[in-house]
Amino acid sequence: MIKIPNIPESVVVKHGPKAWPLGLVGAGLLIIGSLLSWSYDPQVLGDLSIRFNPGGLQIMAIALGLVAVILLLTDKGPLTSLGQWADTALALRALATWALLFMTMVLVAITLEAGGLVNIEPGGWISFLGAVLLFAASRLVLPKETRDLAQARLPGWAEILVIVALMAAILFGTAHALGLTDAWEFVLFLMLVTGLVITGVRAGFLSWLGHVTTRHKHVLMLAAFTVAFLFPFTQNGSDANMSIASQVLIFAAAAMGLNIVVGLAGLLDLGYIAFLGAGAYVGATMSTSAFATIGWKPPFFVVMLVGACVSGTLGLIIGAPTLRVSGDYLAIVTLGFGEIFRLTMFNLDGNNGPNLTHGPNGVPAIPDLTFGSFNFGDTHTLLGIPLARFSNYYFLLLVLIAFIILVFARLNNSRIGRGWVAIREDEKAAEAMGVNVFGLKILAFVVGAFLAGLAGTIKAHQDVSVTPDQYIFLESAFLLAAIVLGGMGTVAGVLIGAVILKLLPEKLRFFADYRLLLFGLLLVLMMRFRPEGLVASRRRQLEFHEEDEELAVRVEGDIAEVVT
Amino acid sequence: MTVTAAAVAAKAPARVPLLQAEGVVMRFGGLTAVNNVTMSVNEGEIVGLIGPNGAGKTTFFNCLTGMYKPTEGHVRLSGVELPPKPRAVVKAGMARTFQNIRLFANMTALENVMVGRYCRTSSGAFTSIVHGPKFKREEAETRERAQELLDFVGLGTSTDHLARNMPYGNQRRLEIARALATDPKLVLLDEPTAGMNPLETRQASELIFKIRDSGLAVVVIEHDMRFIFNLCDRVLCLVRGATLVEGTPDEVQSDPRVIEAYIGTGTDDDDAKDTP
Repeated sequence: MIKIPNIPESVVVKHGPKAWPLGLVGAGLLIIGSLLSWSYDPQVLGDLSIRFNPGGLQIMAIALGLVAVILLLTDKGPLTSLGQWADTALALRALATWALLFMTMVLVAITLEAGGLVNIEPGGWISFLGAVLLFAASRLVLPKETRDLAQARLPGWAEILVIVALMAAILFGTAHALGLTDAWEFVLFLMLVTGLVITGVRAGFLSWLGHVTTRHKHVLMLAAFTVAFLFPFTQNGSDANMSIASQVLIFAAAAMGLNIVVGLAGLLDLGYIAFLGAGAYVGATMSTSAFATIGWKPPFFVVMLVGACVSGTLGLIIGAPTLRVSGDYLAIVTLGFGEIFRLTMFNLDGNNGPNLTHGPNGVPAIPDLTFGSFNFGDTHTLLGIPLARFSNYYFLLLVLIAFIILVFARLNNSRIGRGWVAIREDEKAAEAMGVNVFGLKILAFVVGAFLAGLAGTIKAHQDVSVTPDQYIFLESAFLLAAIVLGGMGTVAGVLIGAVILKLLPEKLRFFADYRLLLFGLLLVLMMRFRPEGLVASRRRQLEFHEEDEELAVRVEGDIAEVVT
Repeated sequence: MTVTAAAVAAKAPARVPLLQAEGVVMRFGGLTAVNNVTMSVNEGEIVGLIGPNGAGKTTFFNCLTGMYKPTEGHVRLSGVELPPKPRAVVKAGMARTFQNIRLFANMTALENVMVGRYCRTSSGAFTSIVHGPKFKREEAETRERAQELLDFVGLGTSTDHLARNMPYGNQRRLEIARALATDPKLVLLDEPTAGMNPLETRQASELIFKIRDSGLAVVVIEHDMRFIFNLCDRVLCLVRGATLVEGTPDEVQSDPRVIEAYIGTGTDDDDAKDTP
């Protein structure tokens, strides 16, 4: 975040009334400039050189301008009734800051890509000037009292419509982002999204959305899954993005399983990837691959169960002796377990013990899944849209994720979930109140391992081969990072974390070399500024802010809303 | 053991007392924190445990509730020996509160009490995930019972408040409600009025009487003498880990040794600061 400089009060009072017209002029210039041409060079950044035919980046700038106009009109004008609820002053500040950043980046990008400032056409400068004026105006807008958004109600159908619209926006946004081949365009699109999200947070729109989604939980789930289901249909049969998407889903499935251990039970597991690996190895060695070492070839459904049970048993074996120790000790033991698993798989090659895994070569050439006559490797056509191999796996993984979310949410919201919270809060007191502390910890460990095992068996088929080096410590660390980044103990948080950690490196190849450095930096910043993660569970947020009385009063209603 | 204690024992009916702690000794290395304490509590009785700071009252509580494993001695509830495991003790029917409030701060009042129901319910992972009939029944019962208990302790209107946002006195009440949720036969209250004003203290007495009247036995640790002598049927005074006097409030109140332990004789006044 950019730090907002303090404007002296005298300046604000004197020039405050000018803020509104100034802002409108700025937003207007931003939009008008975007309708003109930005660059002489039609080759760079999509084509930004045609007048009255805005390219991708120009449409983004127009979107920013329109949101600014709407915010200004809630302050004075036809939308003032909306202005009672939304904190437009703060929102406008955030929006203007990001608009200015956006336009600056655009000019930098044109300069770098086309070779020199001369390539910027007047349209670009006009838009930039608009962003500057908007920025200046936003600093002069006076903050105001707003009403509590938790009280804001729309008719039920309208709220559902908002959820549907939001989901549709996510669908098209994701499809659009994945379609962007140019790194600059992708980064700028991310900036737009970040800017709009922060504006939404500042305006209070997101907290209102939080209340709406709590009121219509089932609609939200349904809409989210419909959107996820529709996603492959936006790809026109191309499998490139679906490959990334199904990788993201595998990662998200594993992260959600880990979230039961970390987010709900509060245990630190640094070797979780081993459970995914156990499932994958079961899936591989029981497949019909020529290199599979187990002769029994039951239907895949049985293989999934076997994989999950093997994984769960491993969880039990590793958990039973170690869950009596707490905190750091547990982290070290699980870290060790992850390495033991990898080295064991590495060495079960026939030279040291039985030949189960072909050692470092792993099990290659795992055939695609077949359910009856449905082969996951084939391209199927539905409603005239071809759906290729990765789309098929994507749908299967979607079902798996739905199951994992069900397990996660229902356990969280039960006697067992309450026990986990109690253990996180005060283990001694929980024990003294009759909570089976040890049993619940084991349960979290085993359920987490079981779910990872399920995901692993699918992963084996999707990846075609299973080798020990897919299950290194770094992968466990990434899973944990997805949870910490996204938010402990929430489904949405982990999904967002998984998308960020898996999708960004795929789209930003140039950034691959610095991936670890940047993620490390990101995590440090998160720990400093928002330790509970992007989409935190309310209770987790409170746990991270024990001294914050004001926060506790504010979120009390939210927690009670979930309980009752 | 004093004469008065023997007299009380003789008066008591011949049946097995609810709680019977015999010769409990707790040593930490060279320090004997609890030295051969014997206590019995009958059904429907309120027993007070007093003594200067550091006398070993809370340590004795920890021995009773399985938080410590006593070095020597036995603890029996309704004649059955209690294993030194807190969970087993709760399950057997003895629940406690803590000297320093140990609520689940980020849970609501209702949730705190619902956690207390944990040991009386048994819905497993499977029924919780499929929302089976057992889960639904137990969840509804847990919720209903928790609300009842909140009403019972006078927190019926604070159901949805976070424990950490509640006033101090209400937190004490909530802790008692949480202990009651485990369906105990006996509750151990560790300084239930610490830090309370006179009005809150009086309300606490009323609550404890109410608990007794609902058929439970209560053991209370307290420093507030007026509170304890008004409340208890019997009082046990611990000094330096050992029982000094046991008897009715009147007997203990007038016993010169108790006064000496609290106020000191003038030559040995290291405990004088503990006088309430």
